[in-house]
Amino acid sequence: MNAYIICLYAILERESLRFVGQRGRFVAALVRPLVWLLVFAAGFRAALGLSITPPYETYITYEVYIVPGLCGMIQLFNGMQSSLSLVYDREMGSMRLLLTSPMPRWWLLFCKLLAGVTISIFQVYAFLAIAAAFGIVLPWAGYLLALPALVISGLTLGALGLALSSIIRQLENFAGVMNFVIFPMFFLSSALYPLWRMAESSVLLRDICAVNPFTHAVELIRFALYAEVNGPALGWTLLALTVFMALALWGYDPARGLIRRKG
Amino acid sequence: MPEADSGLRVSHVSYSYGSKEALQDVSFSVARHRFCALLGPNGAGKSTLFALLTRLFVSPEGRIEIAGIDLARTPRAALARIGIVFQQPTLDLELTVRRNLTYFAALHGLTGRAAAQRIDAALERLDMRERAGERARELNGGHRRRTEIARCLIHDPEVILLDEPTVGLDAASRRAITDYVHRLCEEDGLTVLWATHLVDEVKPQDQLLVLHRGRILAEGTAAEVAGDRPLADAFLSMTAAEAS
Repeated sequence: MNAYIICLYAILERESLRFVGQRGRFVAALVRPLVWLLVFAAGFRAALGLSITPPYETYITYEVYIVPGLCGMIQLFNGMQSSLSLVYDREMGSMRLLLTSPMPRWWLLFCKLLAGVTISIFQVYAFLAIAAAFGIVLPWAGYLLALPALVISGLTLGALGLALSSIIRQLENFAGVMNFVIFPMFFLSSALYPLWRMAESSVLLRDICAVNPFTHAVELIRFALYAEVNGPALGWTLLALTVFMALALWGYDPARGLIRRKG
Repeated sequence: MPEADSGLRVSHVSYSYGSKEALQDVSFSVARHRFCALLGPNGAGKSTLFALLTRLFVSPEGRIEIAGIDLARTPRAALARIGIVFQQPTLDLELTVRRNLTYFAALHGLTGRAAAQRIDAALERLDMRERAGERARELNGGHRRRTEIARCLIHDPEVILLDEPTVGLDAASRRAITDYVHRLCEEDGLTVLWATHLVDEVKPQDQLLVLHRGRILAEGTAAEVAGDRPLADAFLSMTAAEAS
C-alpha cells in the first residue's frame, strides 16, 4: 500500500477513535442544532414569512428553511473544534509528532483536515436523521447529493479552522475566536434568514452576508439537499477553500515558525 | 573527524524569537554510534535546538546534517532517519501501547506485518512486550517513556534525539531509561543526542556539550570537561561564571 494512503488511513482512524471516545462531544454536536430546530425555529415560524425562492418549489415552514444552515453550523463548529484540538495537540506534543513524520507537511495537514470533515459529515447525517424523525423529510436524491457538497463545505470550514489554529498560540485565545469567528459567520449568513429578508432591514448587512463564505457553503448544502447544484455557491466555496488552505499551509510553514515555543 | 563519519552535524546555526536570541552560532558534531549529552540549564536553548533539528521550524542561518543528509535540502529523507522523544508526553492515553505504536508506524508509511514485526522488536528492546495490550493511561511515567523510546525506534532511525526524556520521573526510572538509551548506542550503534539539565545522567565516557544562553560553552568527553572536579561542580561554575 502506498505510504500516503497508509498515513491517511491511520490519521482517519485515530481521529475517529478519539471522536467515539468523546461521547459528550457527539451529544453536544447534535443537541446544538436540534435546539435551534425544535425550539428556536418552532417559535420563529410565526414571525417570519418565507416566499417561494429556489430551490424550494412550494411554501415551506421555517424549520425546513433552517435545516441546511444548521448542517453548516455543525460543520462550522466541528471545523473550529478540530482546530481547537490542534492547538491542544500542539501544546501536548502530538501535533509535533505528526509534523515530524517524513510525509510532506501539506499531506499531513490535509489528512488531519479530512479526518475532521469525515466526523462532521457523520454528525450532519445523524442530525438529518433526527430531523426526518420530526417530519422534516428531504428528497432521497438530496440526501445523496448532499454528500459531495458537505465534503466541500466541510473542507472549507475545516481549512479556516486550520488556518486559525496556526495563528493562535494559546488555548485561551481560542474562546475569543469562537466569539469573533463562529457567531459572526453564523449570524451574518443565509443560515437563519434568506438574504432578501436581510436586505429589507439593511442593505449593508445583506452585502456582508453575501461575501461571507459561510453563506455560500450553506447555499451549496441547501441546493444539494434538493438535488440541485448552485454554481455560484460552489465556485465561491471552492475559492474560499483555496484561500483558507493556502493560509493554513503558510501558517504551518516551518520557515515561518508559527509553532514556536519559548526556547 | 571525516565528514562521512558524523551522525549529526550542526554548523553555525543561530535562531532568535523576535529580538531575543535563543541560539547564537551553534556548531558541533556527534560521531556515529556515540552518545552525546547536551547539558544546559533551563532556558539555555535546548528545546529551540531540538525544534530546529526536528524541523518544527527552520533556521535562516547555518546547516544541519542528519547522518550526512542535509535537513534543509532533503527534509523528508533526513526526517526519516531521526527518532524523536519529545519533552512533552505524546502518547494517546486512551489507546493501547500497540495502537499508539501502530499509528506512529503508519505516519512513517509502515503497515501490516512489517509494522507489527518492527513494533514487537522495538517493544522487546525496551522490555515492554508484555505491556503491549495495556492502555497508555494505565502505565506509570517510566513505562510511558519507555513506550515513547520504543516508538522512536520503529522506523529504524540512525539518530535518536531525546529532549529531557526523564523529566518528572523518579530516580529508579530515570536510571533505567538512561541505561537503556546508553545500551541502544553501544549495542545497536545508534547516534544519540540526549538533552538534560541533570549531570548525573551523563557518563564519563559520553560526549558532552554544555549549552548556556544559546552558546556552546564546552565540548569534549564528560571526563575532559569535568577535569579534576566532579562534573556537577564544573557545570555549575561554568554556567555561574557566565551568569555573573
